[in-house]
Amino acid sequence: MLTRLAYRSLQSLLVTFCLLITVFATDLRAEDDLRAMINALGEGNFSQTAKQVEALAKTGDPKIVPALEALAAGDLYQRKSDKQVFLTKSSGGTLILIDPLSGEEAGTEASGALAKIKVNNSLRRVVRSALGGLTLMSPDAGTRLQAAQTLLRTPSADALEPVETALAAETDARVKLVLERARAAALLVLDRPDDEKKAAIEIIGNAGGQDSLSLLSAALASADDTLKPDIEAAISDIQDRQALWAAGQNVWYGLSLGSVLLLAAIGLAITFGVMGIINMAHGEMVMLGAYTTFVVQEIIRNSYPWLFDWSLAIALPLAFLVTGAVGLAIERGVIRFLYGRPLETLLATWGISLILQQAVRTIFGPTNREVGNPSWMSGAFELGGLTITWNRLWIIVFSLAVFAALLFLLKKTPMGLQMRAVTQNRRMASSMGIRTPWVDALTFALGSGIAGIAGVALSQIDNVSPNLGQGYIIDSFMVVVFGGVGNLWGTLVGAFTLGILNKFLEPYAGAVLGKILVLVLIILFIQKRPRGLFALKGRAVEA
Amino acid sequence: MITSFLLKSFDRTIVIAVAIILGLALIVPALNLLTAPDHPLHVPTYLVSLFGKYLTYALLALALDLVWGFCGILSLGHAAFFALGGYAMGMYLMRQIGARGSYGNPLLPDFMVFLNWKELPWFWYGFDMFWFAALMVVLVPGLLAFVFGWFAFRSRVNGVYLSIITQAMTFALLLAFFRNDMGFGGNNGLTDFKDILGFNIQAQGTRAALFAASAVALALSLILTSGMVRSKYGKILVGVRDAESRTRFLGYRVEHFKLFAFTVSAMMAGVAGALYVPQVGIINPGEFEPGNSIEVVIWTAVGGRGTLIGPIIGAILVNGGKSIFTAAFPEFWLFALGGLFVLVTLFLPKGIVGTVQAWRAKRKEYRKAAEDEAARGQAVAEPVAAE
Repeated sequence: MLTRLAYRSLQSLLVTFCLLITVFATDLRAEDDLRAMINALGEGNFSQTAKQVEALAKTGDPKIVPALEALAAGDLYQRKSDKQVFLTKSSGGTLILIDPLSGEEAGTEASGALAKIKVNNSLRRVVRSALGGLTLMSPDAGTRLQAAQTLLRTPSADALEPVETALAAETDARVKLVLERARAAALLVLDRPDDEKKAAIEIIGNAGGQDSLSLLSAALASADDTLKPDIEAAISDIQDRQALWAAGQNVWYGLSLGSVLLLAAIGLAITFGVMGIINMAHGEMVMLGAYTTFVVQEIIRNSYPWLFDWSLAIALPLAFLVTGAVGLAIERGVIRFLYGRPLETLLATWGISLILQQAVRTIFGPTNREVGNPSWMSGAFELGGLTITWNRLWIIVFSLAVFAALLFLLKKTPMGLQMRAVTQNRRMASSMGIRTPWVDALTFALGSGIAGIAGVALSQIDNVSPNLGQGYIIDSFMVVVFGGVGNLWGTLVGAFTLGILNKFLEPYAGAVLGKILVLVLIILFIQKRPRGLFALKGRAVEA
Repeated sequence: MITSFLLKSFDRTIVIAVAIILGLALIVPALNLLTAPDHPLHVPTYLVSLFGKYLTYALLALALDLVWGFCGILSLGHAAFFALGGYAMGMYLMRQIGARGSYGNPLLPDFMVFLNWKELPWFWYGFDMFWFAALMVVLVPGLLAFVFGWFAFRSRVNGVYLSIITQAMTFALLLAFFRNDMGFGGNNGLTDFKDILGFNIQAQGTRAALFAASAVALALSLILTSGMVRSKYGKILVGVRDAESRTRFLGYRVEHFKLFAFTVSAMMAGVAGALYVPQVGIINPGEFEPGNSIEVVIWTAVGGRGTLIGPIIGAILVNGGKSIFTAAFPEFWLFALGGLFVLVTLFLPKGIVGTVQAWRAKRKEYRKAAEDEAARGQAVAEPVAAE
């Protein structure tokens, strides 16, 4: 029994061994053949080399791709002593030799000992179509897609044949689409009947994009009169679509800027809009929020690196608490003595902002501190013709979430009710038993805390430095004043209007001039509507 | 009429202040020019320029006091008017360099050659003449203030809103002057001045003369503002400050009164800027920083708004403190300035001069009450004595 088993296993082992040897040997032989064929590239004139390339292409072996690419690029050399052909990489006076098949380094050689294998344009074309054909038949769909895209971008008449063979064999829908376009591109440069060409123009026109545009423009230059209208129509069609996408991209940028403005301004909409305090230290609250994020990330980096993706979620409540506490201290310490004297609060809070800035500068240094993006916030994705970065998308979502939460707090909770009561009629609210000083303090703390939360988000897209807040303070005031004081919806509309307006002016006027124009427009707008877009009405306004 | 205007403006404190300023205009240059460098009373030239700078700041604060202290307009754009005046003067000084610039172009300032400009932009024409530049120093800020104020006051933008839009104006100008295309030297501004009215700008004598000019300008502005606020116009201005609606209902065109004060104030700020630039030797867009305008407000607040001499004292004190502080403990200056903002608004809302005035008025009242008491006591006592 045991001997039988041993015998069987020995037998199977032997068989496997034999098989392995055969496979290995055939592989080695094939490689030897390939090497010989590659070495033959160095012999003879251009047309003989071209024949060799075609012969190589017929093997359909993807291993020869690097050698052919090097040939087209002029990096293929023949060693004069033994007629071996190598890929090369120059390093100073000598050339590093690379084996054409394995890709391993094979020593160095002085450049005098090597002869370059010369190429001309027709040879290059042969190489390119051979390459296209080779990679088009690659088993990997990604490689095929890339090859098809290359052929689409640089169409040539020679490419038609390999593309058509590949198209017949292709199963992947995505690759097939690109291949069809590549075929159309090749048809365009070929001398074909008008009908076929018209179909090709339509395919390329539908594809859209900058590549198609340049293909069609090139075709337009050499086209005859019967085709010209078709090409022109296709071009203008593409351009229309591009303009639409560009406008869409501008809207996206505008929304993104608007969300930043909204985040920066929404805390101010509470402290300035609801309470009427000109809080010049608002920007510094944003800055403190950003520094809280920095500190949280530092601790996580040093002690709990696996938590890094959660750093923002941890920083959010902390930033709210830190800036809320600072806000509470400011209100209790300074602002409560200045109610009814708005211009004085402006000065006092400006002083506080200077102190906070200098304090942060003393503690953390004047330079920018690095705040990292968690993995789910980095990168971008394509949506049609739009490029959308994840961090911008999240900031838009986040700003709207903060807005909604704040609206809920003000409209649906007892605290919000008391806040609104105190703003509308302080003495009446007080008579009803509301502790107005506490409501004031909590409202200010809430506004400050929301500024801190904004700081967490803005730390993802801005430099975290002691001057972070100063960059936002004027914009925030503009948003609140533009939208209408005392109205959260006004702040929302104001932020997004100004954001989009800014981004639409930018292409025409440039970034700085666009901003200046927006400021001037706001100044003019305030002349027309001194109380902003959504003005509060009624007697309380004049008080 | 002029004599009555002058007479009215000469209240005792103003007379004393004008006398002191004019005295300084004589004494400081004299001590600088006539005494030997090792003399104990000698004032070094750098100090003359430093004090001259303070005087221009004082003039700026005085200009702000006219609108904030007497009319209730908290302008956060006065540093912009100051900088505009400074730029007008800077353009004259640039044209005076002529072919002595590093590129040796007789017409174009260096930065234009550097930017490869071929022609002088139209708005630089005329600035080779001093009288034209001097005119622009008052006209440009004045015109901007007039247009801005005309729109703002007519649509009754006031209080906090006005402060915020003046700040927006300053910010817009800051951004604009940072642009190279504007033709004002972009980020670097205007500098490397050589001479003014043919005198070397670095020379001791020129520095002393600039100091004297600043002092005289300050004294004249003090007389002017004092005359304004003591006239009937000034009384209405105060009315606008304290009860704007009521003043309007009494039939006064409130916006005209405000506009006049705002424009005059902006012109004064422009003059201050024009005197500032040759003493400091540079003007760049940093002068438009919104923070600068707010700093002017704190000078005025420290000295006492609505007192005219308060802002002058405040500007000199705060800037003197700044010079000493930034040299001794540079990190703590912002703490000190910030603390000053908070403390002054909390504990010294009337400023130094205002507090002293209130204290003196109170003492006077107290003394008068005491005298009355004594008189009455005597009156009561006398009959007794007669008996």
